[in-house]
Amino acid sequence: MTGYEKREGARMSGNSGYRELEHSKPWQYEEGELTVTRSKAWTAPGCHIGCDIKLYTDKDGKLVRVEGDEESPYNHGRLCARCLDIKEVVNSPKRVLHPMIRNREDRGKDKWRQVSWDEALDYTYDNMMEIKEKYGAETFFFTHGTGRDVMQYADRLMYAYGSPNMTGLFSGLSCYVPRIAGMSCTAGSLYIADCSQAWFDRYDNPEYKVPEVMVIWGNNPIVANADGFFGHWVVDLMKRGMKIIVIDPRMTWLAARSELHLRVRPGTDAALALAMINIIVQEDLYDHDFVDRWCYGFDELAERAKDFPVEKVAEICWVPAEKITAAARMIANAKPATLQWGVAIDQTREAMGTGQAVTAIFEITGNIEVPGGLIANTQILDVMGGQWGREFLPEGMDDKRIVGNYQLMKTAMTSCSDDEVIRCLETDQPYKLHGAWLQAHNPLACMSADPKRVLEGMKKLDFIVVVDLFMTPTAMALADVFLPVCTFPERDGLSLICGIQQAGAMNQVCDPGDTKSDMEINLLLGKRFNPECWPWETVQDMFTEVLQDSGYKYDELREVSPVYVPFEYHRHEKGLLRSDGQVGFETPTGRIELWCNIYNMFGLDPLPYFKEPEPGPNSTPEMCEEYPLVLTTGARRWNSFHSEHRQIPRLRAMHPEPVLDIHPDDASKFGVKQGEWVWVENYLGRAKCKVNETFEMPAGIASADHAWWHPEGDPEKLYDVFDLAINNLVPFNPGPSGFGANYKSTLVKVYKVGEDE
Amino acid sequence: MANSEYGLLIDYHWCTGCKSCEMACSVEHDIPIGQFGIRVDQFGPWENAPDDWTYFFMPVPTDQCDLCAERTAKGKKPTCVHHCQAACMEYGKIEDLAKKLTDHPKQVLYAL
Repeated sequence: MTGYEKREGARMSGNSGYRELEHSKPWQYEEGELTVTRSKAWTAPGCHIGCDIKLYTDKDGKLVRVEGDEESPYNHGRLCARCLDIKEVVNSPKRVLHPMIRNREDRGKDKWRQVSWDEALDYTYDNMMEIKEKYGAETFFFTHGTGRDVMQYADRLMYAYGSPNMTGLFSGLSCYVPRIAGMSCTAGSLYIADCSQAWFDRYDNPEYKVPEVMVIWGNNPIVANADGFFGHWVVDLMKRGMKIIVIDPRMTWLAARSELHLRVRPGTDAALALAMINIIVQEDLYDHDFVDRWCYGFDELAERAKDFPVEKVAEICWVPAEKITAAARMIANAKPATLQWGVAIDQTREAMGTGQAVTAIFEITGNIEVPGGLIANTQILDVMGGQWGREFLPEGMDDKRIVGNYQLMKTAMTSCSDDEVIRCLETDQPYKLHGAWLQAHNPLACMSADPKRVLEGMKKLDFIVVVDLFMTPTAMALADVFLPVCTFPERDGLSLICGIQQAGAMNQVCDPGDTKSDMEINLLLGKRFNPECWPWETVQDMFTEVLQDSGYKYDELREVSPVYVPFEYHRHEKGLLRSDGQVGFETPTGRIELWCNIYNMFGLDPLPYFKEPEPGPNSTPEMCEEYPLVLTTGARRWNSFHSEHRQIPRLRAMHPEPVLDIHPDDASKFGVKQGEWVWVENYLGRAKCKVNETFEMPAGIASADHAWWHPEGDPEKLYDVFDLAINNLVPFNPGPSGFGANYKSTLVKVYKVGEDE
Repeated sequence: MANSEYGLLIDYHWCTGCKSCEMACSVEHDIPIGQFGIRVDQFGPWENAPDDWTYFFMPVPTDQCDLCAERTAKGKKPTCVHHCQAACMEYGKIEDLAKKLTDHPKQVLYAL
């Protein structure tokens, strides 16, 4: 059929083995009356992937439209609805277009004063320095949302200021972080599904092999498009013969096309994975050669898995035993099998043990570093690791990082325990906090558990800066200064896609007016805090430095963008995965540690384990009487990026209100009907949604949309965020490692919203 | 009227319901919210028999579809076809597209 078209022309650039794509046109050219500029789509507004695009502008420099770049080996011309509607975002009348200051006593009131950038930055600098001088830099913390090309600049600003405290105000750092930390401990690197994304000629590359089976676990990749993973690659591969196993309570479009669909009860994935490991071991289906040569602790893993006989696990997970057995056999017999997993695994209190169990299935079956299996990521800059500029953090400061007693987090991470930050805000222990910098972050609507606690805790701070594209509930509630950022067509930038990293140039094509990019704001302010840490005159100079290892200057990158990092398979056999150049994996034993030495060293269970989610039907049966329905949250929608895009009319029209997806039998049990506004309530709080009766959900499990607020609502009622945020039902309560929290499993009841509510 | 020689072949087995076609069309032709040049309809999910589900999407071009006459005159694909994330849409001469219908089931050909 149509769509993907084979392209030739990859050549070695001579720059450390980096590969360039040959384009048929220059990076900027004329087409009729319009100018076309090749670029990358990235924050703002938020996105996790960064597709190759063409931006069309008229002679006045106005954005006319965006198209997907058909020469892109990444997205092959395709784009999602959010990107296609970028012009509406750029031209939105709701955007904040000038810096603003508000008196501290007016927090929560719509009483802003428009100021110049000079005044805004002076005011910000003076207030931040006052806190640093009076109380110490550690009492001012920094936060960012899930913007992959914002976080490294926020980290570096923090180091220039001298604070060690970066937080997402997110219980258990439970987005992508638990898996990164977990796989780094057990396998020395982050492993991702090989969909041929490292190759220009993609599925036709002679080294590549289409996976026989992909397991899609707790994820709907075609909608979610998680880090560096263009979700429709799954569809491309299915067209080329790949079978899928879907592990998800929801009947997704992919599940309806799967060989096996395991409708697992939320929070029980570890038990399911351990049952599969047990079957693979008992039936001798594992890869003896790979296990003997490259794995450590297999016997201990096999022993642990014996505690999970399939009949017992079938009862725990609400999945028929024969399906679990069939899935285990199908994975073990496939050469290769791969895994695309979602944050359903990271977002449990037992994230570390669960992720370890799930990945072990693919490790003991020898699917690591093989074409079409799971491959270690490649990097130019670790955008999520918090290392960039860390050398400027003053000595001794890291000891003040708010991380509680979470030793693994203290050692392996550079950020705070978000749960400890909340405790610190409330108790002033270990010290009182005085200020915060929030960049691309709307925690009251999204990410934060129990957002009322966040609001009350943050209100105590002396000074708060919010850097964002639109006014948000968080900024309205808390900001003393609002620094407005520009959208991606209004700025130059460096797009470093996560996973198999590539470097792409983002090119400014229209006038940002009185707004600035996140990078420029941080450069301007960072220079004042520490000019050595931010030595560059321009953001372009800064990008060139980031690109140092590749040998490209930013201006050169524009011409050839995107360039791909060197890549090959079987790197563990060639000494390419360890920093000392030895063969094997970057772990203490040099092997994949099924029994993890690092976990053991920090007093954590060295083996994968399962614990019943709390609350839950098995752990808190007494709670089921009042709250009989299992609730999951956080499923992504086509039209929005978490809390963003709510004020963009065309996108809002695609999915205008938050929805509770619920089986018709459950809806009738609670006496609610299609389209009605209902409260979804648990022991902690409640949130409003509209009922959608659907067989997508099995009876007994419902799913509620996350990150809702009403930009059209009253600013001084914080745009109804506390009526609509499903995280009202989520506690700050991380797992024993400090990683992971139960965002995706709780118990609820459902009832109609009253007439006056 | 659009040129009746040309049409859209949609391999709807692969349509994921992503609505990129809807949005691409709406912004290309500045179609008001609530109207569509192409609209994606959803069927299911419902369970026909144990473990056998109906769940598919069907893009349907409307009277506002001119097969992107301006784009195709320049040799470009219609914007819905260009941006379709599942790559399941094809633009071409109806007589050529019609031949492909016998390749496999779950395709639909729109003459426009």
